[in-house]
Amino acid sequence: MKIAIASGKGGTGKTLVSTNLFQIVRKAGKPVILIDCDSEEPNDQQFINGNLIDEQLVTQNIPVIDTDKCTYCGKCQEYCHYNAILVLPEIKHIQVVEDLCHDCGACLYACQYGAITEKEKMIGAITKFEVDERSSLYESRIEVGVYSSVPLIREAIKDAGNGHFAILDAPPGTSCPFIATVEQADYVVLVTEPTPFGLNDLKLSVETLQELKKPFGVVINRAGLGNNAVQEYLAENKIQLLAEIPFDRKIAASYSEGVLITDSLDEYRELFVQLYKTLEKKAS
Amino acid sequence: MKIAITASENKPEAKLDSRFGRCAYFAIYDTENGSTEFIQNPNKESVEGAGPASVQLIASKGVKQIISGEFGGKVKSILESLQIQMIMFNGPEKSVDEIIKLINQN
Repeated sequence: MKIAIASGKGGTGKTLVSTNLFQIVRKAGKPVILIDCDSEEPNDQQFINGNLIDEQLVTQNIPVIDTDKCTYCGKCQEYCHYNAILVLPEIKHIQVVEDLCHDCGACLYACQYGAITEKEKMIGAITKFEVDERSSLYESRIEVGVYSSVPLIREAIKDAGNGHFAILDAPPGTSCPFIATVEQADYVVLVTEPTPFGLNDLKLSVETLQELKKPFGVVINRAGLGNNAVQEYLAENKIQLLAEIPFDRKIAASYSEGVLITDSLDEYRELFVQLYKTLEKKAS
Repeated sequence: MKIAITASENKPEAKLDSRFGRCAYFAIYDTENGSTEFIQNPNKESVEGAGPASVQLIASKGVKQIISGEFGGKVKSILESLQIQMIMFNGPEKSVDEIIKLINQN
């Protein structure tokens, strides 16, 4: 069972929900893995202590063109769906735009002159922590300046969900990194806040998930702040409200110290136990 | 010399299109014979890499200068390596024929 915790808007509480859900499943003695897919700014590790067991460097292949063998026929450029190769036969110029390369290998296949080989480019790392014998945390972290985190996220969640409950803490937004995360999930939890910004971005995420035909439900964080427009939207569109986490100063205080609210505040332990039960039912 | 101007429509009165890679048309003005050719930009709706693909298009036409409102980050280094000069035009809205007039005055 793989559950993605996602949101259109940043700062709604994906990490709060992911880390506390992880803690509840772990304390229940069930095998669980938390994967921080927010590779541009992973932060689950600030709340979960574990022993470092492995660091895996992730690379992607980038074409290298041998201009002695290249005939400037332009076939590689024609095959490249991402506009990552520029060929100007008149002035014998060929250039790879590395940031646009998706490592698909089409250019290698296209070249009949053996002019294309590949080099490896470091795109990021996956750090693995053992929290206890049944639970672990994987953190994906992209290299500064790398254009897309998609290959890194795919690698980080590759082994997830085999015999354990997997929680994928998704990157914010609804673009490629979000899709790369949720497309691997059996169920998606969208975290939102009851503000006009929260609602606007929730709608964008809902539309994307509907297009992907992914089942999902919503957690409202900071409930009581703002208005009831999110609740009304959910009711109108028959979207399941999974839980409401109140706008409570105690949560902010605990979070700011890096202490999980399911450890420090009894009422929220119960809330997350219920959320876990609801999500477990989704699996069966 | 050929100069490309990003244009919002395919006529001389068309306004300058402020985007380079995703402009609607390229107006290619030839300073030697005074002719202007309009080419539709097939990269306008590209998912990714509209900029580099547009460089490919105008460079294959032998353009040496490009006038537009904005140039994306990926494009600048490619244009530099091809020695195609970028000219940012941020003044009050001008049409293609007005910009050609300015070129000829200089």
